Amino acid sequence: MSLWKRAFPAICLMFMAGSALAAGGDLGAVQKAAVNVPAIIMFLVFVAATLGITYWAAQRTKTAKDFYAAGGGITGFQNGLAIAGDYMSAASFLGISGLVFLNGYDGLIFSVGWLVGWPIIMFLIAEQLRNLGKYTYADIVAYRFERVPMRSLAATAALVVVVLYLIGQMVGAGKLIQVLFGLDYVYAVIIVGILIIMYVTFGGMLATTWVQIIKAGLLLSGATIIALGALYLASDGSMSPERMFQKAVEVHPKKGAIMGPGALVTSPIESISLGLALMFGTAGLPHILMRFFTVGNAIEARKSVFYATGWIGYFYILTFLMGFGAIVLLTGNPEFADAAAVGGIKGGQNMAAVNLSAAVGGNILLGFISAVAFATILAVVSGLTLAGASAISHDLYANVWAHGNVDEQQEVRVSKIATVVLGIIAILLGIAFEKQNIAYLVALTFSVAASANFPILLMSIYYSKMTTRGALIGGWLGLISATVLVIVGPTVWKEILQLGDPIFPLKYPALFSMTIAFLGIWIGSITDTSERAKKEHEAFIAQDVRCQTGIGAEGAASH
Amino acid sequence: MQQDLVHAIKSNPKYHELVSKRSSFSWIMSVVMLVIYYAFILTIAYDKPLLAAPLWEGATMTVGIPVGVAVIVFAFALTGIYIQRANAVFDKLTREIKEEVL
Repeated sequence: MSLWKRAFPAICLMFMAGSALAAGGDLGAVQKAAVNVPAIIMFLVFVAATLGITYWAAQRTKTAKDFYAAGGGITGFQNGLAIAGDYMSAASFLGISGLVFLNGYDGLIFSVGWLVGWPIIMFLIAEQLRNLGKYTYADIVAYRFERVPMRSLAATAALVVVVLYLIGQMVGAGKLIQVLFGLDYVYAVIIVGILIIMYVTFGGMLATTWVQIIKAGLLLSGATIIALGALYLASDGSMSPERMFQKAVEVHPKKGAIMGPGALVTSPIESISLGLALMFGTAGLPHILMRFFTVGNAIEARKSVFYATGWIGYFYILTFLMGFGAIVLLTGNPEFADAAAVGGIKGGQNMAAVNLSAAVGGNILLGFISAVAFATILAVVSGLTLAGASAISHDLYANVWAHGNVDEQQEVRVSKIATVVLGIIAILLGIAFEKQNIAYLVALTFSVAASANFPILLMSIYYSKMTTRGALIGGWLGLISATVLVIVGPTVWKEILQLGDPIFPLKYPALFSMTIAFLGIWIGSITDTSERAKKEHEAFIAQDVRCQTGIGAEGAASH
Repeated sequence: MQQDLVHAIKSNPKYHELVSKRSSFSWIMSVVMLVIYYAFILTIAYDKPLLAAPLWEGATMTVGIPVGVAVIVFAFALTGIYIQRANAVFDKLTREIKEEVL
């Protein structure tokens, strides 16, 4: 409790500022769909600052290494914040707090699952990625194997994950703008698309990283203010979580059920499968994996995970507080009510955190959080787009199509074209998908990432007997089985397509699709008696020496 | 990397020490994380009332809340422990190997 007491004076100040604003007139109720001036001003400041960074980064982005990996000169602390920024997406911020607002405790189960993947990444792949890779995770997967088929597989899997993830982000962007800026959904999505194309094509990884770091700082401070402010208000000024929970249970339609695990996890199989998807999906996200190539060496790589885990864990605890704060402060509050929307609040449950900021700090905090949430989407979409563009230019174009005989500048040019194309695709996807809970959409992405990307990555680092054939069989089977099982599973088959009872019973097929992928790699490898397989076994020794010691690894840039 | 350098590193006893120490530590730590996480999530699957039980007599706060937060804190602590050991043991060995073979 002492922590709450120490934070008290700051919260008091903030609360007074907030209530002073609120006392200025009941603006929220009148200007529901009106233009939010503070939000737009703060958002414009953010855009101006990030474009400035992009300009600065553009001056420093000359080589391919600059473009893909920020020249390898990002420190562990900076990279940890950037990774946390990638991870604290709109889906986490809005989706998880919305999930807590709707279901209570279940939201925390998601958070825990997403967090515990990080230590595993540190123990098993972070340093290895840095020592073996150059620009994309396909560098590791193709290290000692046949280049063309392995790159094709890795790039396809990366693109599938990127596109799925993009949908969630773009939908978040559109919804947010609808509620906040009084701008049309379509315009909002187009603005996001254009801005990210600018960040990535001009500023490359350096701009993408710094946009992410700034946004992470803003989001962490904003979330801290809302969570503590909400706790203060929801606990009648006592800062006691217990008091807040009491009030939440009183007003929530599910009553005491929100304090314990609910319908999210039903059967043991379902829960094991969900856990696998959340944990190992993280280790298969191309936009996260590429961050490990931006640091100088393996020591910085593991340091980044340490900082990232700390920030993400802290952030998840805040989203939990926010969700409960929203239950107490928004439920039955006429200012935020919208009987037609999910959860009975303006904009549906995904807007719980945003509405809560208005309840806590009035229009100024609402403006700040809106701008930060929009910035979050911009930053995460930039990272995703760069990851997708790298898969296209570095893997498909340079290594598959041109067989490695390509001018560095030409490769970067292709990457920029790919960025523009992906930006346009993101806009179209944002318009096409609208009414899904974005946290679930991200969960689907994680099943595919855990089954297609993670197994081939882990096995190529640790399994000396792996061969190209095994990797291809396992990788493709993982990708296809995860995709198909998600489609015939409850979320898509029943809820989206409304085709009746699902063919496959689990929402998260990772338990099965990951098993299929690992078995495919193993069986495909041990039955491979080709000459090529023998050479690949022998090549493992040299790969392992580089992987363990970092000798021969891509060095950091001198500048 | 040249074959002779690979051979030199491979035949260095410190390299073997590094590989065996690091891989056993990494896998043990991973298993610890998995066990803790699955203990949490399987408790949710098998015994929801256990986590939904009040933390103390008459409390609204349930056992599940500090448990969930503890898993988060523990995950972070594990990464800290790994860094400690990596800095003290693995990096030292790696440096020594590099000095001897390069």
